Amino acid sequence: MEQLSYAAGTIVTGVFGCVAWFWGSNLILDLVWPSRGPHAGRNILRANMVRPWLFIGPAILFLAVYLVYPVFDSIWRSLHDAGGRTWVGLGNYRWLAADAKFRESILNNLLWLLVVPAASTFFGLLAAQLTDRIRWGNVAKSFIFMPMAISFVGAGVIWKFIYDYRAEGQEQIGLLNALWTALGHPPETWLTIPFWNNFFLMAVLIWIQTGFAMVILSAALRGIPEETIEAAILDGANPWQLFFRIKVPQIWGTIAVVWTTITITVLKIFDIVFVMTNGQWGTQVLANLMYDWMFRGAPDYGRGSAIALVIMALVTPIMVWNIRNARREMM
Amino acid sequence: MSQIAGTRARLVWAVNLAALLLVLLWTVPTFGLLVSSFRDRDQIAASGWWKAAFPSSASAFVRAGGADTAVQEGDLWVISGTVLEQGQRLDAWGITSRAPEAYRPGETAALKDGQSLTVAADGSYRLSSPTAFADGRGMRIFVTTTVPPRVTTENYARVIGAEGLGQAFLNTMTVTIPATVIPILIAAFAAYALAWMEFPGRALLIAAVVGLLVVPLQLALIPLLKLHNDIGIGKGYMGIWLAHTGFGLPLAIYLLRNYMVGLPREIIESARVDGATEFQIFRRIILPLSFPALASFAIFQFLWVWNDLLVATVFLGNRHDQLVMTGVLRELMGSRGGDWEILAASAFVSISVPLLVFFAMQKYLVRGLLAGSVKGG
Repeated sequence: MEQLSYAAGTIVTGVFGCVAWFWGSNLILDLVWPSRGPHAGRNILRANMVRPWLFIGPAILFLAVYLVYPVFDSIWRSLHDAGGRTWVGLGNYRWLAADAKFRESILNNLLWLLVVPAASTFFGLLAAQLTDRIRWGNVAKSFIFMPMAISFVGAGVIWKFIYDYRAEGQEQIGLLNALWTALGHPPETWLTIPFWNNFFLMAVLIWIQTGFAMVILSAALRGIPEETIEAAILDGANPWQLFFRIKVPQIWGTIAVVWTTITITVLKIFDIVFVMTNGQWGTQVLANLMYDWMFRGAPDYGRGSAIALVIMALVTPIMVWNIRNARREMM
Repeated sequence: MSQIAGTRARLVWAVNLAALLLVLLWTVPTFGLLVSSFRDRDQIAASGWWKAAFPSSASAFVRAGGADTAVQEGDLWVISGTVLEQGQRLDAWGITSRAPEAYRPGETAALKDGQSLTVAADGSYRLSSPTAFADGRGMRIFVTTTVPPRVTTENYARVIGAEGLGQAFLNTMTVTIPATVIPILIAAFAAYALAWMEFPGRALLIAAVVGLLVVPLQLALIPLLKLHNDIGIGKGYMGIWLAHTGFGLPLAIYLLRNYMVGLPREIIESARVDGATEFQIFRRIILPLSFPALASFAIFQFLWVWNDLLVATVFLGNRHDQLVMTGVLRELMGSRGGDWEILAASAFVSISVPLLVFFAMQKYLVRGLLAGSVKGG
């Protein structure tokens, strides 16, 4: 309870502080350069040069300290040893290139990258197309979209229950093994099967991301002009042709946005692996490997930072692409 | 014509069926855990959750009373008692582990030395012997019982109390609410400046915000933790509020700016002409009009902070009573891997609030998604 009042106090202080800053600084600006009197014109001009920075100042401060500074600090750390004192140059990166766990992680990340965005977009498109054509479509959409509100950890519990294993002869309480044994196979410990266990982890993320893809793609599909579709139908296009030859090409741009957004999520994927296998049995991924080096046992910030920068490097092309798109839209 | 109508009807059916299948596939995992969270520990272990509505059968053994509980009836020594617990029904019983279902209720088994054992359908047993019993430990009676389905909220009571999820719930609240409110304020002002004020470097700043949207959090953890330690914030709520504010800002500014740019220019310019200060325009016109975008971001940030594990693990302490719910859940997955009644109930306590927010505010969430991109992880 005490901490809730602390939180409430922080909200009040924070809100009050923000308002006081914005209101007060604007007021001071108006007092220093009043927009009336002999120098009104010059004053307004000056005030207008300063004012945007009053509005945007706190945000810039936060962005600089919490997002920009860490990038440079990480670069610096990645060139130093575990404690951050001795310069090792590219030593950490050389170590990475030779490390078996790192290779496993990057291969797994690539596998995730190949499968998850494609599968999520595919299921999202399928769900969008199906739910747009039925009467209870909105209810269906809600349910497919729902996993998005569930935390990765919660989803981890939900799916671990599906993959639950009981020894042969016992009653299987995990859904997958129950189905599998009903088909006459012996039960499996799904999360320890090398290579394939990656796909059982990916299923969790696909399950979460499909709703996101569906919502965006459904809006794009509905945005296709009626005339285009009518013309295609009049020309005798069957439903498959209508979908793959007319609709999908029209929404390529949106598909690309969905794909890249999910790609970014995949590159940073951490929680699912962390709670379900913790990178054992050949399921390690970059973010979890980084966590291991930074927070487990004797921490090595140099190596951890080097891994974090590898993730950053993988994200950068998408970042550049996003910025270029955003700039084109603003023109 | 009728043939075309026929194919169309069949197509409608196929679409409905396919959609139903998809919805089932997407809800069954959550539903299974929800059902399990209301089941008894023994029942979860005995049968799959899809059998929760049916009686489940269980096998166990019960030990009969020892020699000291024997009563002499005429020339017989008799030990009696019951093998059933409340609510169970006896299906079969046996006297060896090799044939635990050898006898039906009411039958009598002949044992060595002229002893005999009868177990009635109501569970009462009667072990009789012509000579006095010698063994202090009673014999084992194997029983196969049927337990009727049972709904219980015990699991929830247990995880909220004993497993410390109640405290974690408070901690999560403490983290989430300020971490949702404060970035909105800071971002709203910045977004207004980026949308409606002319100043050099504006385009560059917008590009920077778009770029920062995708910076991996992983990069920021150690530098910021060190920074917090150096300036004396250390690990704790203040640190995590600041961190979440920083991490949430790019998306907040991006969403809000995109929305504010779309507001009608005439309103703002006529207000300027009427002599309103920028602060007044912001407070009286922009803020009220931007409510949908503010709500969208608030939901994103709320869900994201509530569901976050990584930032909380790093910026909060790791003592059990300092953990947020995702942290407790993770700990339970490690220490209570097979206790599904605990895991299921805990998972549902932790996802109940986001699900509630999701179903109540879905409209704003969808709107926010469509307004731009989203931050992932």
